[in-house]
Amino acid sequence: MPDQATPTRPFAARHPSVLWFIAALALFTLGVTVLSEATGVGLISTSFVKTLGKMLCLCLVAIAMDVVWGYCGILSLGHFAFFGLGGYAIGMWLMYARTEQIVLDQMTNEVLPPTGTEIKDAIGAQIFGVVGATDFPVIWAFSHSLTLQLLMVVLVPGLLALVFGWLAFRARVAGVYLSILTQAMTLALALYLFQNDSGLRGNNGLSGLQNLPGLESVPQAQVSIWFFWGSALALGLGYLLFAWVVSGKIGSVIRGIRDDEARVCFLGYNVEGYKLFVFTLTAVVAGVGGALYYPQAGIINPAEVAPIASIYLAVWVAIGGRGRLYGAVIGAALVSVLSSWFTGGGAPDVDLGVYTIRWTDWWLVLLGVGFVAVTLFFPKGIGGLFDLVAHRVAPVRVGDYGPDDGAKRKEEGPAE
Amino acid sequence: MLRFIMLALVCAVLLPVTGRAQDLQKVLQSHHAEVADPGRRTVGVVLDDLLASGLPGVQTFLERWQDKEVAVRVSDGQFFYAEEAEDDTYTLFAIPGAETVRTGVSRDAIEEVKPNGGVRREIRNALVVFQLSDPDIEKRRDAVQAIGRSLKPSHLKSLQAAIPGETDPALKARKTRLAAYLVARYGKVADARIAAIAGLSDDISVETRAVLSQILEARPGVAEALPRDANIARVLEPGSDDLSRAEAYARLVDAGRARAVVNAADIRDALAARIDGARVGGVPVAQLDTQAARVRAYKVLATDGAVPPLVTPAEQARALQEHVFFEVYREVDSRITDAARDAQASVAMRLAAGKAVDLTLDAMSLASIYFLAAIGLAITFGVMGVINMAHGEFIMMGAYTGYLVQLVVPDYTLSLVVALPLAFAVTFGAGVAMERLVIRWLYHRPLETLLATFGISIALQQLAKNIFGTQARPLTSPGWLDGALVINDVIQISYIRIAIFVLALLFLGLLLFVLNRTRLGLEVRAVTQNRGMAASMGINPDRINMLTFGLGSGIAGIAGVAIGLYAKVTSEMGQDYIVQSFMTVVVGGVGNVFGALAGATMIGFFQKGIEWFNPSNTLAAQTYMILFIILFIQVRPKGIMALKGRAAGD
Amino acid sequence: MNTLLEVSGVSVSFDGFRAINNLSLQIAEPELRAVIGPNGAGKTTFMDIVTGKTRPDTGRVLWGEKSVSLLSMSESRIARAGIGRKFQKPTVFEAQTVRENLAMALRNPRGPFKVLFYREGSAAAGRIAALADEIGLSDALQRPAGELSHGQKQWLEIGMLLAQEPRLLLVDEPAAGMTLIERERTTELLQRAARTRAVIVVEHDMDFVRRLGCKVTVLHEGAVLAEGSLDHVTQNRDVIDVYLGR
Repeated sequence: MPDQATPTRPFAARHPSVLWFIAALALFTLGVTVLSEATGVGLISTSFVKTLGKMLCLCLVAIAMDVVWGYCGILSLGHFAFFGLGGYAIGMWLMYARTEQIVLDQMTNEVLPPTGTEIKDAIGAQIFGVVGATDFPVIWAFSHSLTLQLLMVVLVPGLLALVFGWLAFRARVAGVYLSILTQAMTLALALYLFQNDSGLRGNNGLSGLQNLPGLESVPQAQVSIWFFWGSALALGLGYLLFAWVVSGKIGSVIRGIRDDEARVCFLGYNVEGYKLFVFTLTAVVAGVGGALYYPQAGIINPAEVAPIASIYLAVWVAIGGRGRLYGAVIGAALVSVLSSWFTGGGAPDVDLGVYTIRWTDWWLVLLGVGFVAVTLFFPKGIGGLFDLVAHRVAPVRVGDYGPDDGAKRKEEGPAE
Repeated sequence: MLRFIMLALVCAVLLPVTGRAQDLQKVLQSHHAEVADPGRRTVGVVLDDLLASGLPGVQTFLERWQDKEVAVRVSDGQFFYAEEAEDDTYTLFAIPGAETVRTGVSRDAIEEVKPNGGVRREIRNALVVFQLSDPDIEKRRDAVQAIGRSLKPSHLKSLQAAIPGETDPALKARKTRLAAYLVARYGKVADARIAAIAGLSDDISVETRAVLSQILEARPGVAEALPRDANIARVLEPGSDDLSRAEAYARLVDAGRARAVVNAADIRDALAARIDGARVGGVPVAQLDTQAARVRAYKVLATDGAVPPLVTPAEQARALQEHVFFEVYREVDSRITDAARDAQASVAMRLAAGKAVDLTLDAMSLASIYFLAAIGLAITFGVMGVINMAHGEFIMMGAYTGYLVQLVVPDYTLSLVVALPLAFAVTFGAGVAMERLVIRWLYHRPLETLLATFGISIALQQLAKNIFGTQARPLTSPGWLDGALVINDVIQISYIRIAIFVLALLFLGLLLFVLNRTRLGLEVRAVTQNRGMAASMGINPDRINMLTFGLGSGIAGIAGVAIGLYAKVTSEMGQDYIVQSFMTVVVGGVGNVFGALAGATMIGFFQKGIEWFNPSNTLAAQTYMILFIILFIQVRPKGIMALKGRAAGD
Repeated sequence: MNTLLEVSGVSVSFDGFRAINNLSLQIAEPELRAVIGPNGAGKTTFMDIVTGKTRPDTGRVLWGEKSVSLLSMSESRIARAGIGRKFQKPTVFEAQTVRENLAMALRNPRGPFKVLFYREGSAAAGRIAALADEIGLSDALQRPAGELSHGQKQWLEIGMLLAQEPRLLLVDEPAAGMTLIERERTTELLQRAARTRAVIVVEHDMDFVRRLGCKVTVLHEGAVLAEGSLDHVTQNRDVIDVYLGR
């Protein structure tokens, strides 16, 4: 942890890693801007700008995951679901507004000017025809308004996290149980979205999200760099927010909850409230990340929300290094870029004579085994390498309970 | 009396009585045109008359008619059986005696009767009644089956005649039941019908339900007052669940008793068709972008008489007020419909009971699958506090082991006998290897164990995909597990599911025995309760952990073989069961065989229960189940079989 | 002296085993009290009940002048009401500095949003310095607690308890694993604390109890066997039979 010699020193001075990170992010953004097609020399293709923009969004959800898991000790297997909900929320407006324009264009040739109901019915038929419905479900009530739908990006994941977290933490569900329960929540959400009558187009999902309504004339190259900037800004702000949260006194309490929940409780802190705060805040940030990610991806469907995605999120954070925000960013960036390199056929096949290793087939095996290796041999992840550079040694007496070790009762033993 | 007639009928059909030969010819002559040039529609009359005549030789005639061996003599229109001789002439035989009447008849003198395919099918159906008493049981069975497929009133007499002579009890029961259906539907005597209908009230078969609902067939009606003479099924109130006001009004419109409603689309079309310059009905077209403006314009048009006026809500309400809506039975006798309704109610009750039993069986079978899938997880979680995310992949490994064994051992029974222990051995080995290589280093870091085992899970899954491909591999069950145990039309359960249930029971017994009656079980329980103390008593906790993990994984392998028998074997099959298995463990409570049993039972029953309420949507069922589990955790955070106090380790 | 904590007729059983059996106890403010008893006498369960970790099956636990029941309160609310607990094993946050440990324990609003926007004033800084001085860790303020020795961790935990400014301190075997000098310092610390508040010390070590020189309650099979000065209870026939005699 960064030292806190005197609390009066400025925030950035107490946390040099934040400054470094913001500088690196700014440099990266500048670099991509200069190299992109729309604003620079055109060395980077539009699709790669989108990939990088999406990567930044994944980094944002990864730092949220890091705060909830690495700092607060809640291994949530549901944060990618919140990410997806944010995407769905913005996707509803994008799809509505775009379909509205298409419908209005079609209707200009009608003899009579269309009424509001007719327009709405036509939009409904366009959007929901694929699942055999025409009426707007209740959950689309705000889809006509960008402002309200942007509010939904924050409110829907936030409220779900609040209600679920309240139920789970109140019942004192913790540890592995909580992980399984969050996974169940994610599965329930995914299964719900897969239904055709969910009101969100079943497994078709929402599509055409890369087209911004009203900006059809702007080339995708330009749109992609806008979204890239937006993602970079969101990541930077998110990083600052979380760095501020985890460094203050509340960060102290949160890390205390991770290390010894009962002790924090006996200090008089309402542990459930803190967990709920962290769980909800990170869910909201995840939702914002999703709202930036899916317009760049162009499509969102229930498979994105499936439990496996949330587990991958945990894998990124673990590989990057838990309990340090830049670790999560490194993990998410590295693994997501590597993953698209390997599965996209970018990696050369390895010819062993009797068998040719095609990375599209073997990448997941490599990731799985590599991940086990990281868990076993590098529990601090890639971020742990920075400790070597900084010559920091781990505390020497962690877990030293004195000579009277044998008298220890089970519930006071090492945190299980 | 009835019996006597039946007996006479039997004799008449079976014994050729030559003395009344002229009569059959007479019957044929009375339908000359239909016999000589039969059509599918018209032939029914002839067939009915022939069957009703009960004359001997009818069967022979029908058979030969069907085989195109009947001819008409042009000169007098008499029917004969005709056989073509070698010299292009015909030999005629009398109907029905088949004595030779004349040989060497030229082709011009006769006209062959050539019934088309549809007619021949009708004739074949008519012939069925003669086969009802055929000495060959297979023919009788076919005949009964043919009658069962399409019940006709004409079958009744011969069916009743064929009942006393039937020797096979099952076939006899079937004939009696079919006769009862016919009496119930087409009987001439009301009391007999009522008795027959009452006799159906204990049968829940689909056929019986169809017969009853056919008797109770009703058609909708609307009138200003309820008709007195009609057999009214029920009166419908507009605005009720059975008849919405819109539907009721539509019926009035259909019956010509009210004007059709002018809806938004009608208004639009009417306005669009009557645009005059840039205005319609005095309103500028550009302003017609609200429904209110359009209605205003339409009203102007209506006042001019150009379009029919709008139907006001008050007018609709008055129309509905002035009429009664009802359904009237096609059957006029209310005693019969009453009896049928009683029978239907009784059948419905039995049906509900049957469905409940069937649902229970389904739920038990699902529960046994969940139990098999989850028990290994419950053991490793309970004893070692380790969540094994790769448990689903062990299930998959077991299933693939079964598949590989079947490639080598072609006999399905034998291969199953080999596959079960082999699957156990393979996954036991995999489990022990995983425990030694990975999990041992991560004790007391349960979240990291969870993630590390997840890493193994994705690696194993992809590995299986690389080896076996993405398409499903078959794991064929032996022949004696095919089919289902059918108790009646509602209650049936496939033998595979019974086998899985038995397997689950076996494992329950085996595990209880191992854990409670063996040295290993004692040591496992000792390590579960107090690891340090167990170690100081000379138990090697590492060894116990290794064996426990192996045992849990081994059972997953066996579950894999069992699941593979009825579901597809794919590299992703483990994922389908892993979350449910976790839920089972969480709901049941950790570290307890009975907990897993209780959890599996509860989840199995709950899932089936939801599917029963909403049968079309299994996805919704799973969603609700998970929500239920989240709420259940609120009430019992530690599961149904919670450990209390210090051993709970909280 | 008025009664601060009143435990009356409390029973609790785990799967049929009666850990606490009709236990009644009163603590005044200020008071120093030692609770002794053989293993399984219910000492720790008694603490669990008072701090809200375990709910008793029957009985009452009343707190303060207004005699509020503690049974319906959560652990954290009980702690905020003024009951501090020190565990048998030193439980400090090893990944955090001594200063952070003390700051976290400091008596301040505990709500998440109050804490989120909390800024440490000079009063709080002074209080931390004073506490660090009292527990002898002034030089170690910036060190991670994980680097401290066992005895230092014990003191840090006592310091955190004092920072909470509780009215009742529950201390579970504070002297375990300490050197003789550390024990003496611990005794002093506890005695000083007991001047202004109630302190209950659960202890095995008779010498340590004797050094505390306070009223002693002997627990056995979940009930009070004897109460009084150490000399008085060690003369008690029952106590000798069940505890010292074994």
